Amino acid sequence: MTLATVDRSAEPAILPSRSALSDLFWRRPKFLLVLMLLPPVLWLGIVYLGSLLALLLQSFFSIDEFSGLINREFTLKTYGELLAPSNLDIIVRTVTMAACVTLASAFIAFPIAYYAARYARGKWKALFYLGVMLPLWSSYLVKIYAWKLILAKEGILNWVMAKLHLTWLIEAWLGLPVVGGTSLSLSLSGTFIVFVYVWMPFMILPIQAALERVPSNLLEASSDLGASPGQTFRNVIFPLALPGIVAGSIFTFSLTLGDYIIPQIVGTSRFFIGQAVYAHQGTAGNIPLAAAFSVVPIVIMMVYLWGAKRMGAFDAL
Amino acid sequence: MRSDRNHRAPLALKIAAGAGLLFMHVPIMLIFVYAFNVEDRTYQWPPPGLTTQWLAVTWNRPDVWQALTLSVKVASISTAIAMVLGTLCAAAVSGSRFFGRETISLLVILPIALPGIITGISLRSAFSLMEIPFSTWTIVLGHATFCIVIVYNNAVARFRRTSGSIVEASMDLGADAFQTFRYVILPNIGTALLVGGMLAFALSFDEVIVTTFTAGQQQTLPIWMLEELVRPRQLPVTNVVAMVVVTVTLLPILIAYYLTRDGDQIAGMGK
Repeated sequence: MTLATVDRSAEPAILPSRSALSDLFWRRPKFLLVLMLLPPVLWLGIVYLGSLLALLLQSFFSIDEFSGLINREFTLKTYGELLAPSNLDIIVRTVTMAACVTLASAFIAFPIAYYAARYARGKWKALFYLGVMLPLWSSYLVKIYAWKLILAKEGILNWVMAKLHLTWLIEAWLGLPVVGGTSLSLSLSGTFIVFVYVWMPFMILPIQAALERVPSNLLEASSDLGASPGQTFRNVIFPLALPGIVAGSIFTFSLTLGDYIIPQIVGTSRFFIGQAVYAHQGTAGNIPLAAAFSVVPIVIMMVYLWGAKRMGAFDAL
Repeated sequence: MRSDRNHRAPLALKIAAGAGLLFMHVPIMLIFVYAFNVEDRTYQWPPPGLTTQWLAVTWNRPDVWQALTLSVKVASISTAIAMVLGTLCAAAVSGSRFFGRETISLLVILPIALPGIITGISLRSAFSLMEIPFSTWTIVLGHATFCIVIVYNNAVARFRRTSGSIVEASMDLGADAFQTFRYVILPNIGTALLVGGMLAFALSFDEVIVTTFTAGQQQTLPIWMLEELVRPRQLPVTNVVAMVVVTVTLLPILIAYYLTRDGDQIAGMGK
């Protein structure tokens, strides 16, 4: 049916405009390419890059301390404010937290990825995939809410610990400086646990992908040459899995760096970068400082991505 | 690694992997228990009793319905926009090599590679600079931007596996560009688009970080939820909404998984 109509339109006598356009696409592939690229590039260029640049531009403005108005003259004064001890404190706290969360995530994610890549087969493999993907995709806020339920004073964690007669352990931990606090949901330890819970699943699949690419004859060669399983792991498997770990760490690090909701709901009153950005642009109305603050994660992530690229992490994505 | 088939996993590895999976799943399961909790003041465990009355209470809450409607509306429009733009971009990038191709794939990925708060505050300051009032469309603008990459990733993976020669064969047999698109390209990339669309919907339905900056006074379901988290007022209703949100987000993921499980790239690997 289709072919019949095609045959007729192929006659050179009368060309319908539709086929003229179609011929144009064929003769000039560049034209079609531009036509296809234009809408997405315009959208991302205007909506996203446009507003991003507008934001960056504002970080070079400053705020008048007395009138609270924004002074639209080029200055580095706002960036200077970032170096004030209280702001530097926020940056150090956030980066340290992101690093700890990334390490802990790699530690928890590795055995899961390792088992899924090397031992799980058939039905079990599918089950592992779903077992990782469902928590990864379930609602961000619900996950935080679940931890609010767990960490609450009358919640399940304290109940379990009481049954195990381990309440003293939690109390001793909360008595420590920095990580301690009045209760788990009001301490940095609580923030850390929720961060790890929410971002750790992003680590598993990249590690699993890297491990699945390790050829089995490499492992056989290693054991033929007399390496013990432990040596094979340290000298063959782990170095080959490292790009996967780095790829996963891009997510855990970047997502922790910019989060402002988790530390607001579970944690102390001490700010993270995200909260500082939110507070400065909101009630304080200090858009220049908020903009300068949001440049910090951008710069850190650029350095991080550059390093990750050098380690070959992008092939593992 | 076929040779491992006969080896048993070491016990320590089994325990570590199992514990990791439990850590991921137990908190979500708790949500389902709390939704039926009799207690309506505290997070007390174990629940003193179970009841289904809160389902009915939540069903009759107009504010929950309003938030749900807005969320569904925003997610649908954003998904539609993202599907068109993401597919176009994927077709262009995988169909040919041209100057700036790498830059374009970077541009698409940027909105989710950078922390969400940056997208959010950029859009907000752009809206205030241009004096655009907050509306459903300001939310859609943000959501569509980060949904493009989801559709794009799925479509690019499929285009990569689809041989370019079938398009040439179709043209040789006399089909014009539109017929080739309708009868050859679309059937080939159809499931990838469907999967990309569903994942984009799930992502948009659940998004809160960018939305807090672009919504103004409007409430999507995640914003409603966030307010309850910051200032808890009605625990039982929040519990039920949490359960519903988990279920609504998981369905598209399950469907997407079953549609792509035989392919070389399983959907949802990158969020």
